[in-house]
Order: sequence, then structure tokens, then C-alpha cells
Amino acid sequence: MSKIHVTTKVNGDEVEFLCDPRETVLDVLRDHLNLTGAKEGCGTGDCGACSVTVDGRLVCSCLMLGAEAEGKEIATVEGIADGEELHPLQKKFIEYAALQCGICTPGILVAAKNLLEREPDPTEEQVRYWLAGNLCRCTGYDKIIRAVMDTAAEMREAS
Amino acid sequence: MALDKVVPQNGPEEYEGREKYTHVGTRVDRPDGLDKVTGRAKFGADAHAPGMLHGAIVRSPHAHAKILKIDTSKAEALAGVKAVVTRADFAAGLEGEDWNILENVMASDTALYDGHALAAIAATSSLIARDAVKLVEVEYELLPHVTDVDEAMKPDAPVIRAGQQSKLVPEGMHPNVVNYYEGGHGDMVAGFAEADLVIERHFTTEAAHQGYIEPHAALATLGNDGTGELWCCTQGHFIVQKTCAALVGIDTSQLRVTASEIGGGFGGKTTVFLEPVALALSRKANRPVKMVMSRSEVLRATGPTSSASMDIKIGMTKDGRITAGKGVFRLQGGAFPDAPAGMAAECSFAPYNLNAVSIEGYEVMANRPKQAAYRAPGSPMAAFAVESVVDELCQTLGLDPIETRLKNASREGTKAAYGPTWDRIGLVECLEAAQAHPHMQAPLRESEGRGVAAGFWFNHGGETSVSLALSEDGTAQISVGTPDIGGSRASMALMAAEILGIEYKNIRVTVADTATLGYNDVSHGSRVTYASGLATINAAKDAVGKLCDRAAQRWGIDPEAVIWEDGCAKPAGPNAGQFDPMPLKEITKRMGRTGGPISGHFEATPEGAGVSFGVHIVDAHVDRETGKTSVDRYTVIQDAGKAVHPTYVEGQFQGGAAQGIGWALNEEYVYGEDGRLQNTVFLDYRIPVASDLPMIDTVIVEVPNPGHPFGVRGVGETGICPPLAAIANAVSGAVGVRMTSLPMSPPKILKALKEQ
Amino acid sequence: MKIHQPASFADASAIAAGASGITRYLAGGTDVLVQLRSDLVTPDDLIDVKKIEGVSDITKNQDGSWTIGVAVTGAEMTEHAELCQDWPGLVEAMDLIGSTQVQGRATLVGNLCNGSPAADSVPGQVAAGVSVTVIGPKGERTIKVEDMPTGPGRTVLEKGDIVTAVNVPARGDNAGDAYLRFIPRTEMDIAVVGCGVNLRLDGDTITEARVSLGAVAPTVLLVQEAADAIIGTTLGDEALDALAKAAEAACNPIDDKRGTIEFRVEVAGVLAKRAAKIAYARAKGEAV
Repeated sequence: MSKIHVTTKVNGDEVEFLCDPRETVLDVLRDHLNLTGAKEGCGTGDCGACSVTVDGRLVCSCLMLGAEAEGKEIATVEGIADGEELHPLQKKFIEYAALQCGICTPGILVAAKNLLEREPDPTEEQVRYWLAGNLCRCTGYDKIIRAVMDTAAEMREAS
Repeated sequence: MALDKVVPQNGPEEYEGREKYTHVGTRVDRPDGLDKVTGRAKFGADAHAPGMLHGAIVRSPHAHAKILKIDTSKAEALAGVKAVVTRADFAAGLEGEDWNILENVMASDTALYDGHALAAIAATSSLIARDAVKLVEVEYELLPHVTDVDEAMKPDAPVIRAGQQSKLVPEGMHPNVVNYYEGGHGDMVAGFAEADLVIERHFTTEAAHQGYIEPHAALATLGNDGTGELWCCTQGHFIVQKTCAALVGIDTSQLRVTASEIGGGFGGKTTVFLEPVALALSRKANRPVKMVMSRSEVLRATGPTSSASMDIKIGMTKDGRITAGKGVFRLQGGAFPDAPAGMAAECSFAPYNLNAVSIEGYEVMANRPKQAAYRAPGSPMAAFAVESVVDELCQTLGLDPIETRLKNASREGTKAAYGPTWDRIGLVECLEAAQAHPHMQAPLRESEGRGVAAGFWFNHGGETSVSLALSEDGTAQISVGTPDIGGSRASMALMAAEILGIEYKNIRVTVADTATLGYNDVSHGSRVTYASGLATINAAKDAVGKLCDRAAQRWGIDPEAVIWEDGCAKPAGPNAGQFDPMPLKEITKRMGRTGGPISGHFEATPEGAGVSFGVHIVDAHVDRETGKTSVDRYTVIQDAGKAVHPTYVEGQFQGGAAQGIGWALNEEYVYGEDGRLQNTVFLDYRIPVASDLPMIDTVIVEVPNPGHPFGVRGVGETGICPPLAAIANAVSGAVGVRMTSLPMSPPKILKALKEQ
Repeated sequence: MKIHQPASFADASAIAAGASGITRYLAGGTDVLVQLRSDLVTPDDLIDVKKIEGVSDITKNQDGSWTIGVAVTGAEMTEHAELCQDWPGLVEAMDLIGSTQVQGRATLVGNLCNGSPAADSVPGQVAAGVSVTVIGPKGERTIKVEDMPTGPGRTVLEKGDIVTAVNVPARGDNAGDAYLRFIPRTEMDIAVVGCGVNLRLDGDTITEARVSLGAVAPTVLLVQEAADAIIGTTLGDEALDALAKAAEAACNPIDDKRGTIEFRVEVAGVLAKRAAKIAYARAKGEAV
């Protein structure tokens, strides 16, 4: 099987890689680009642990082939903080203990950040339904939802 | 209950005895937080090694079959395939649990369940490894199979494996019944005769999976010289070390295991599945081998909890006194012994002070994967059954469910069904907190009911080793051997800070590898904050003793005359002499010249773990036309003894409740007629999603455990015990049907409503 | 597996027509990649349609009808205010598929062509009277969505056929549609029963209706008897009961890990009533 050469942008940086046609964007991020923040929890688009955005659109990276990344802009959890300056969501998650084992955290942060960019004043219900595709087995979601809503309030106030 | 306004739970410290502690009880940031929110934290599958191969496993598609022949020639011929292993590549002559684990890790002559591993391949990419797996040809002779626990006990049931039955099993039972437990006290006949109402019910629960989002993953390097390195996500790297060494036939000390960050375990990662295979492949290929399970492999072939069939009989007087309680618990543990039937029996009546109680447990084998611990193994099913019957008795007699539980509650001095007499316990305090909670007064809407239930877990001590080393700059590093599954690194640091009298942020806690510490039991049994905590405290005290010695030396006085307070050595009294307090930093700055590095150690198997009781309140609404249940409001009340880090204690309460809700409503293992698992992905193994749950309110009750210096009780497990019955009780209150078979999925509830 | 990225539908069709092994089209990939990862289907030829012009367009035509490109995602449909206003039932049927992440990729055409009897968007499409344009070795033709599925996992499409557009009728006045599904959780499940209802009113009386059921038969159904039960009525209790009975009678479901026959039949009736009420309210211009 011959490999496919892809040029794309990840977290603002231009990258190139060779991938097997069957490899997904998740495989490529983790195995070729050393970005192991996105996780495989299921491989079937049911858990959201692999969440990234592609041209600003929230998707499961396990449901997109590496070959499809050509010319796109991909954003992962590694790109959320600005150097050592954490995004308000990241700070709030630590403060509220909105994570226990942390395996779902990258996916949830990517998803929550995308939500707040589209909807700065979500209701609790909206947050829960937006994050329904991000499974968490540790927290029961309570502290996650509080962290997201409180961050939204803080960000609204700051703007 | 939707939020009108978000109320952060990081409120002011309100816990009893809070004034006594400076650090313990505060809500500090967790040390692994930064890594986890930036994606930097390294989990099991996040490691790479130069020259690494990828492993994949060949699995049986049959529930029960003789393995006649495994032909790997086509797989080996595929370009990129570097090694193949079968059972022959593992140690022979193992016995007992080592044999059971090996048999589960790699089948010998029989495939015992759908998904059972029987060969493995290492190749230069995971795609090639997966392609190679498809080229392995296996010849099977199909055998009859059985997956249901009661069916497996019947005379004509297929025999899973002969000769496993313990002498305790009553005469004449099928060979699949491998163990029997019984306990209790008092006169059952008289007890039931005294009752005004006796209710007898049969209950079934289906197997549930721990559902950790991180699949098992390992990166192994093993040389022909018997020296190896292993990186894996695990709740217990010392047990991984011990077990893998036995299974691949090397010395324990020659294998060094490092625990990665763990993406959830809940008991399911207290044993091995991939790790010995990765090691065996690595030895054969002479290269590092990485293995990661797919989600369907996790569901098919790791360790879900048991399914259960239970019979409960309880008698009550019309004024609410329980006169007798009897429980029989049949649990299947897959094709191996050790289903937690004994623990189910022991936990079942724990919340009750009974004059007459009888408990029995049967461990059964079936063609299913080898069960593993899942958060309070055995207790949730048992609680479902007993708490449902207690509720039904209260309903029928028109009694308040909390008041009735208070009337019969276990207290200090009560004799438990399984033998011991309770020390100081917090059940009554939890029941009283439930009674007083505003949740009990909230109005209910149409077709909505309120359910209450209690739960119990023993909590565990276990072998523990901790080392603490002081640095010259006055900061401390602590090595623990218990992987952090709930925020324990922060709790250890808080406890050490309390003893040392230095800042929390000046202490770094590391989960050390197996080469660095003495043996540590697994992070399970809600033991870490208790046992590693106790060890940390004692290691810190050991270090403090040495610090005092150095101060005494400097002051030229007797070490007995030096005390440690507020992070300083101080003269014990005016007779000791007039010396200014010597802060820790002062002492460590000079430690190289005053006798050498200062460390503290502690190794022990502590015995004083305190049990934890919990009481849950849930409001659930049932759509009468579809049988769909929504959980509208949930409150967890549980005794933590002493909450070292209150936010993490809340997190454990909420997480346990969420898993219980899933198990009660939608989670189950579905086996087809052919014995194959039908729901192998998260699409159909339905764990709760964010929109399924309300906020989960928590109340931390603190009735200190006399067996720990700060009163700590384990909290991780009890939270999953009450929800199954609490929800069944709420459904009963909502629409008047008593659900005795889990999960209470909509088709079952709708059917019950129609039959009403 | 070879990935093709043709620039036109004609090229795509030619590749598929000439292929010798397993061929799949790739739009959002939310079925294809799942099947690939679980080793259910490894295509020999994977034809990505996203480089073809116009596949991501949502166009309202002169006559009020809509043309939706084959790579338009559920998220894009939900974000299109006018489409939502005209066809809320169709959009909500698509919107219910999977998670926010899945919505970022999934398409109407992919959902239709995957051929699952439980596909959420399909009853919504059928009720709305959607048709698809297809080209292939036999030339170009239009196929009504209710005529597409032939059995679980199968459609009428033949080797070399490819869907080039989704055609949604003009909404017209005094009309409304709705889609409801039953799932055991609140999200993330495959429909145990799905029901789409589309109707038009004259005053308070229903003059036109289409009722479609999903997950209760080997294919999605267009149930004429259910429509007949409410045409000419003002959707009173009697009409609703007749609707429920007709819906139940049309069911031919299986027992599986998601639901029993008994349950599906019962809930089909319940959802038909509930969906009809919502469609009726929307047709009257009421906020729902």
C-alpha cells in the first residue's frame, strides 16, 4: 500500500506527513505528529475523546481520514493554551476539579471551547446536549458543566 | 434539576473539626491538573519507543469451543509481521490464580467465551498487525455454551471446567458452582414468625462493564536475558509486575513496571490482559511491543462485573422493625472462579441491626469473560435487592423509608451478618442528614417518584510502602506505589503538609515504579487515601523524627526534648532550653553536613480501614406511554470519615452515582443465542451521557474512622451501591411498578405498566 | 484501499462503475469509517465526493424548493435559518443523528445510502417528500426517498450509481413537519422507533399528510393508512387514535438489543400521535 502525502495546518503550524490511506486524523495526530492529546476511546465516534476542530468545525478525528486533512486547519487540545497562558476553560477545570482521570478532558475542552465560541451564553441544557458526545465515566458531568457555565459567565463579563 | 444560576461547589470550608487542620480539608489544585488540561499527560497508549512493533490479538468468535489447530503460517508470511505467540510461549506449571489469569490471557486448549484470546501477532504497524490477525486460521470444535447464571447451575448445563469446585459447595451441585459462602446469626424461623408482613422477591441484574474511557494499553520490552520494562495503565503496577513475571517465567525483580496516568479503572484495571502478551511478543521479536485494545475488545474480553440472580426474604412488624432477613446470591464470574458472591452476601444486610439474618452466596462459572472488580464488587447488586424489599415493606405498611431505616440501623456495637461487630460508623448520621435535606421536601410532579436507598462498602487496607525525601531547599518529594485514580496525589501531599508543616505546593508526589519501593497492593478497595495516606503520614513522622534529631544535635539537647510544630523544631518546654524555632528549611540546608540526607519510610499492611455507608435520594420521572425514565434530581450523602480533599470526595460520590444510574437504567451485557456478545461498542453499551443526568448534589458526612490518624475512610466505592435500588424505588413511587430485573430499560417498564 | 478524489460526478460514477472490489463513497464518513475501523467493510476503492463543485451548497430555488448538496453536513443544515424555518422536521431528523461531533460530518445522503432501517434522517426525508437525483451507467434519474431502501443495508442504487443532489419540495403555506424518535437515553442512541409527519392545513383541517416510520421494519416506511387516518380531520382524539392504530399496524419490527417487537409497535403509535401534534402546531404557525 503506498502512502499518501498530506500538507495541513495543526494548531497554526504547517505540517507534512505520509500516511496509510486507512489511517484516520486521530492516528496521524498521535502516531506521526506526536500530538497525543486526542485519545482513542472507542474508534466509532461514540465517545468524543478524539475531538478536534477542522476549519472551526467540531468533529471526531477518528471519523476523518488523514488524507482528508489536506489543506485544512486542525485544532487540538495542545493548541488551546497560549504558551504558558491557559485558556479560562482550562483554569476553571483545574479549579473546579472538572476532571478526575483526565482521559476525556482534552475532548471536552475542545468541544466546550467550540461551544463558547458559537454561543457565549448557553443554558445548562444546551451545554449538556452539546457535550453529549463526550463521554465521561469518572465525574458524572456535574463539575464539568459547572466549570463550563462559570467560564462562560466569566468570559462574558470580561468581554 | 436545572440550574438557574451556577453555584460553584468550591464553597467555604464547613466541615466539622476543620479548625484542627491547616491543609487537610482544603480544596487545592491537583498536581496533575496542568498536564491533563493541556494534553501533556501520558496515558497508557501515549508512549513510544524506537523500533517499536504493534501487537494485535487473535480472538475466538465462539462462546465455547475446543481449539483443535491454530495455523499462523499465512499471518507470519505477511510483510511486516515479526513475531507470533500462543499459549506455548508462556510459563507452564502455574497453579491457582496465576493459572486462572494465564488461561484468561491466552487460551490453552479451549475457547471459553466470545473474544477469548488464543494467539497474538507483532508487526511493524498496527494496521499490518490487524491484517495479520485476519490471516490466522483456527480450527474449532464447537461445544454447547451457557451464559446465564441460573442456567449454568442446572444439571444439564455444559461444564465449563471440571475440578474447580471447593469443598464448601453443598453436595450435588453442578461443577460450574465453584464456591459457596454462608453467614448469619439468630433464629430465622422465630424471626419470620414474629413479622406482621413478610415479602419474598426474586431479583436479577445483568453484567455491567466499568466503562473506563481509556482502553487497556501497554508498551513492553523483554529480553531473552529475562530483564524487562513495562509501561501500562493500571491500578496496581506491583501486581502487574508479580503476575507478568510469573506468566512469562522470569524473576519478579527483573521486571520494572511503570504506571502511566490512568484513564479510569474502577476495579477493571487491577489485573492483566495485554501486558503478559506484549512482554511475550517483545521477547520473541527482540523489540519493544505496544498493544492497545479496541473498545470492542475491552467490552468482550476484559473483566465486567458479574450478573446476579438473587432471592430476598425480609420480615417486618407493622411498626417498622425488621425481624428477620434472608438473602441468597448467585453470581457468575465468567469461565473462572471468584465471582464476588461472598462479598455480595456480606454487604447485603450491612445497614441493618438484625437479630436473625441468613446470607448465602454461590460463585458460578459460565461462558463469559473472567469478571474483574467493579467498584464495590457484589455490593451494588445485593443492595438493589435488599433495599428494594425494604422499600416495598415500607410502602405496603405505610411507613417512612428513612425513619424505618433509622429504627433498624446498624450502629457501633451492632453485629454484622458476616461476623464482626461495628466500630464507630456513620450510617445513622447519613440517614439523619438525608431526613433533614431539602431534597426530601421538594415537590414532585405527575408520574414522578422519590426513592431512597442505603449502601455499604468495607474498604480495604492492603500492603503499602511509601518513601519521603527532603530536599536541601526545604521541599519534599514523596514516592507512593498506588496509582492515582481519584486525585490521591493531592491528598497525600495535603496529609504530608499537615505533618511536616510546609506548604502543599512545596511537596511533589510521584507514583514511583516497581524498582523504587517495596510492594504495594493495588489502588482498589477505596484504600489509597486511607492506606497510602496513613503510610505517608507515618513516613512524614519518620522524617520529622530525624529533623528533630538534627535540631537536638545542633542545640546540644536530648532529642526527646524537641517537638515539631508549625513546620519547625522547637524545644519541648522551658526546661529544654531557650532556642528559637528552627524551620525545616534551616535543617535541610545543612543536612549533608549534619548526618546526611533526611528521608522517611513506612511499610505496613494497615488493619484499621473504616467502612463507609451512604444514603441516596433520587427523583425520577417515568413517561407512562414509553416507559422511559428520566432522573430529575439526585443527592448523595455518604460518610467520608475525614474529607482530606472535599472536592475529590464529592467527585467520587458523583462518579459512583452516575455509574449506578447507568447500571440501573440502561447498561447491560446482551448475549445472543449463539453466546456471542451483541453490544460491543458504546453505541449499544449505553453509559450515561451529559444530557442524561442532572446535577448531583453531595453531602459529606464526617464520622471519623478510629483506625486512621485523621479519621479517613475510603469513599470511592460506596457511591455505586445505593443508586440501583434508589431508582427502582423512585420508579415504584412514580408509577407503581416494582422493577426487579435490571436494567430497568423502557421496554421492561412499559411491559410492567401494561401488566399493572 | 485506494482513495479517489474526483472533480465531477461523472468521474466518480466512472470510477465506481469500473471498480472490481468493494466500493464506497465518502462524504462525512460517519458510517464508512466506523465500518472500516471495526473491520466490517474495508473498501478497495473509496471515492471522496467532497472535491466536486456544489456538494456543500444549500440552495433555495426560485419555486421555493431546495437543493441540498451531497456533502452538506447536519451542522450546516441546522445553522441554515431559512431551511430550519421551512422544514424543521427534516432538519431535526438529521440533527438527531449522533453527537455534535458527528453532526460536524454526517450527511443526509450518507445516512440514506447506508440503508439502516433505523436511520434518523430518512423518515424525515420521506415525510417531507424528498427525492434524490442519481446519475449512473443508466443515465440520470430522480428517485423518491421512500423508494430508495430495499432492505437492511441495501438501496436500489446499482454499481456506478451516485447521488448528485437532494431535492426538497417547496414548503408552501399552512404546512408543517416534525420528527420524533424514541431512544433509551437522551442522546447518542440509534432510534428504536422513528416517526416523521408532514401535513398541510386548510383552516383547521388537514388536507395533505405524509407519515413515515423508521426502525420498525426492514426498511423505512411511508404509511398511507396513517396519513388517511388524519386527512380530512382536525386531529382530534379520534383521529389521533386512528393514526396510532394505523402506525402500529404498519410495523413489522424485530426483537433486538434495542427493543422488542411489542415495544416498538406500541411506541410507534405513541410517537405518531406526538409528532402529528407538533407538525399540526407548526402548520398553524404556533411556536412549539
